[in-house]
Amino acid sequence: MIHFVLLISRQGKVRLTKWYSTYSKKERSKVLRELSGVILTRGPRLCNFVEWRGLKVVYKRYASLYFCMCIDPDGNELEILEIIHHYVEVLDRYFGSVCELDLIYNFHKAYYILDEILISGELQESSKRTVVRSVAAQDSLVEAAKEETGSTISNIIAHAAK
Amino acid sequence: MNPFSSGTCLRDMIRAIRACKTAAEERAVVRKECAAIRASINEDDQDYRHRNLAKLMFIQMLGYPTHFGQMECLKLIASAGFPEKRIGYLGLMLLLDEREEVLMLVTNSLKQDLNHSNQYIVGLALCALGNICSAEMARDLAPEVERLLQFRDPNIRKKAALCSIRIIKKVPALAENFINCAASLLKEKHHGVLITGVQLCADLCKVSSEALEYFRKKCTEGLVRTLRDIVNSPYSPEYDISGVTDPYLHIRLLKLLRILGQGDADASDRMTDILAQVATKTESNKNAGNAILYECVETIMSIEDDGGLRVLAINILGKFLSNRDNNIRYVALNMLMRATTLGAQAVQRHRATILDCVKDSDASIRKRALDLLYLLVNDNNVKPLIKELIEYLEVSDQEFKGDLTAKICSLVEKFSSEKIWYIDQMLKVLSEAGNFVKDEVWHALIVVISNASDLHGYTVRALYRAFLTSTEQETLVRVAVWCIGEYGDMLVNNVGMLDIEDPITVTECDAVDAVEVAIKRHTSDLTTKAMALIALLKLSSRFPSYSERIKGIIVQNKGNVVLELQQRSIEFNRILQKHPKFRSALVERMPVLDEATFSGRRAGSLPTAISTSSGAPSNLPNGIAKPATAPIPDLLDLSSDDVPAPSFSGGDFLQDLLGVDLSPTPAPSGADMPPKASTDVLLDLLSIGMPLPVQTGLSASDILSSSQDDKAPFVNFNGLASLSSLSANATSPANAAPMMDLLDGRGPGPQKSEENDQAYPSLVAYESSSLRVMFNFSKQRGSPQTTLIQATFTNLSSNVYNDFLFQAAVPKFLQLHLDPASSNTLPASGDGSITQNLKVTNSQHGKKSLVMRVRIAYKTNNKDVLEERQINNFPQNL
Repeated sequence: MIHFVLLISRQGKVRLTKWYSTYSKKERSKVLRELSGVILTRGPRLCNFVEWRGLKVVYKRYASLYFCMCIDPDGNELEILEIIHHYVEVLDRYFGSVCELDLIYNFHKAYYILDEILISGELQESSKRTVVRSVAAQDSLVEAAKEETGSTISNIIAHAAK
Repeated sequence: MNPFSSGTCLRDMIRAIRACKTAAEERAVVRKECAAIRASINEDDQDYRHRNLAKLMFIQMLGYPTHFGQMECLKLIASAGFPEKRIGYLGLMLLLDEREEVLMLVTNSLKQDLNHSNQYIVGLALCALGNICSAEMARDLAPEVERLLQFRDPNIRKKAALCSIRIIKKVPALAENFINCAASLLKEKHHGVLITGVQLCADLCKVSSEALEYFRKKCTEGLVRTLRDIVNSPYSPEYDISGVTDPYLHIRLLKLLRILGQGDADASDRMTDILAQVATKTESNKNAGNAILYECVETIMSIEDDGGLRVLAINILGKFLSNRDNNIRYVALNMLMRATTLGAQAVQRHRATILDCVKDSDASIRKRALDLLYLLVNDNNVKPLIKELIEYLEVSDQEFKGDLTAKICSLVEKFSSEKIWYIDQMLKVLSEAGNFVKDEVWHALIVVISNASDLHGYTVRALYRAFLTSTEQETLVRVAVWCIGEYGDMLVNNVGMLDIEDPITVTECDAVDAVEVAIKRHTSDLTTKAMALIALLKLSSRFPSYSERIKGIIVQNKGNVVLELQQRSIEFNRILQKHPKFRSALVERMPVLDEATFSGRRAGSLPTAISTSSGAPSNLPNGIAKPATAPIPDLLDLSSDDVPAPSFSGGDFLQDLLGVDLSPTPAPSGADMPPKASTDVLLDLLSIGMPLPVQTGLSASDILSSSQDDKAPFVNFNGLASLSSLSANATSPANAAPMMDLLDGRGPGPQKSEENDQAYPSLVAYESSSLRVMFNFSKQRGSPQTTLIQATFTNLSSNVYNDFLFQAAVPKFLQLHLDPASSNTLPASGDGSITQNLKVTNSQHGKKSLVMRVRIAYKTNNKDVLEERQINNFPQNL
């Protein structure tokens, strides 16, 4: 099981955190501090696994972002690397060659996509197409609802203007 | 965006925060935003609710508190529209965790949404439930989730399956409800549902043996078939990852098969074919394929198998190990570690490769490889391996040295068939990484050296050589100093020369120089310096011609700010000055240290007799202090001392002795140190001083310890020892007795004084049919007049006592201080107790015992009860 997912920029800024095991606020910030210290300082050609407090953290760097997932010591590290890549590819498809700024300004979208890939720390869907389609369908529901309210408001305005 | 929006939108806020140059600016922006959000929340502004929440999520990610937004999540979730619910559930997952009480309020909304007609809303609710549900919510909502496992849309089924995992983890008792639905998921074709269904089955097996049995019987065949289908499936672009169809599904199936095959030969047998197929057919040039192989190897290792497959598995790992990718090598090491428990022989073949990995530049790999190598060492390969490891120690990173040193030391000790090899290897480690060597390791080395009498000369010379080249390794210095002190004469005279040794010429002057270097080194800590002082004292008798110079060095420490060193230096100086006639006997070589006792100590199983016996110092393993038969000379020569000794009050006496004023306040030597320190036999044995006050007694007895042979008729152990115990407890009048002993020279030894500080039996001060009062006594060391009493009140009746009040009165010669009680309600039938601390100071300590009148008032069944009693059965001497 994945205990948490972190996205940390090369400067140590947190871009996304998702906790599947229970961590208190204090523990969360401690985890972030400790791990960004360990991971950001590791050299480029070292392996992508860090042993940390009896657990393992699998991380991979994409451009300026580090994607980290923490798993049990007996988990399959190589698979987690694939899951990270899976997530990155879905992000890429959704945003169209994703960059860090996309994830900053649309951080909630990044969460929505992650929620379609992982639930309770387990993989939910292995098909990228299904994930993107599901998120897009929900986005269009939101758009439809917005237009509806928009049109009612413009109706009201039009009404009031008469 | 709403045309009437006021304030900043989310994008503007993020932009403003990103534009901040300093943390202070950022805080200011966030503070402003939070204030606006709070205001908006207070106005119950519905239009901006979702925007506020989105902002809060961003702010939370930056690490600021956002608890005030929690209720907004609930309101959004409770609203009707999908957009509101979507952001509301996201906020719920981000801003709350399962321990938050607010979470309970959402249960009802969740229940409604799980039954919603819009499947996306059902999906949102399942996702939130799966990520944060607590045990209570799991119980409440399990039936809904169970029903959704059969929902028509596969996207909901897969979400429900993962949600079930969370539920059974929180409440394992619910597992049996899910077994049948989970089994039916295994027949699905949709990959998402299959992946989550297999995962659910695996987790069910972990929490319920019933589920494990069920799946083992009913599903093993089906799973093997599914795995075969997926392995042989043609290319499908949707699930293909670098030439493998859905590696995630592969991995999950292998994982579940592992659980089913473990401990069941029949089930294992049914999966061997497919496992062999996966192990041989999977492409291993991409990460996805390797992930499958890795999982497959683990499954092969775990199931019951005749060994054919295992050879295959170890070979795969061997291939992994020679891979250039660090990740692959890491997992191979990880896996081989587990394989060693099955059969180390196959792993041994890869020893050389593993040794290379120990020297890798990657810390994760090094650590794994070292752990693995540690398991592979045996009698046959220990020598070459240790040689390699020690060579690597010279060039390894600083942060890795600690680990490496510990492992080497442990191995050398475990496989030390020959003493000379052990000593040689340890000396190498000490000179390379002495600062990383733990105390018990070098203590053990000294014990071994002491026992290897034919190697004393060789060892001390080797140490001397090592010392000259690497003085910065603390533990090397300690061991060297100890050996030079003990075997200094062998160093100088080349006693016991071995054939393999290079001859070396060391003069007496050189030996003293070496110890002087050790004591003057800035980095030397207290222990090293104290050891060096003892070594000097010993050398003064070994090399009488250098006695004056040694005295000079010792005297330099007379004014040392560290009490331990100061005291040692003064005592030793006095011995050198006043008592040359028995100095040589006093500093004879240490007797052979008892290995059995030492290893017993290390295991923490030191016989209690040693640590508690007060009157039996003869139990000490080095056999000190056999009762002296000869009349004891007045070692301290009190009356003729150059310091006038007007009276024999403890305080003054001590002042003379230490040249410091200790009397008014407890000695800086810390009167509250635990008494056990003085019985630290090992430290005593090795003459290691630590800044424990009581130990000063030992440093003295220590010097004497070498005279165990007792041929010399003067042994003044008791006298000196009790003297030192005095210095440790100087301010305590309770020590009047040992003081007297000192004067007549028949002291009961240092431990005697400890008895005064030992625990008093606790006392049932008062007991009636309804109430019991227990007193526990303790003393603060250094203030024998003051007794701390912890009173514990226990209710023996079946009614609760309210307004419980304890009062006490004492006669004039006592002073009483009452701390507040822990509570004023006493639960019924001993189901809890009240404690209260009392401090009694006895101005007539030693003459009169404590006495106390107590009154206890409380209410039970609305009746006032008053109980009174005089307590005069306090233990003596309080």
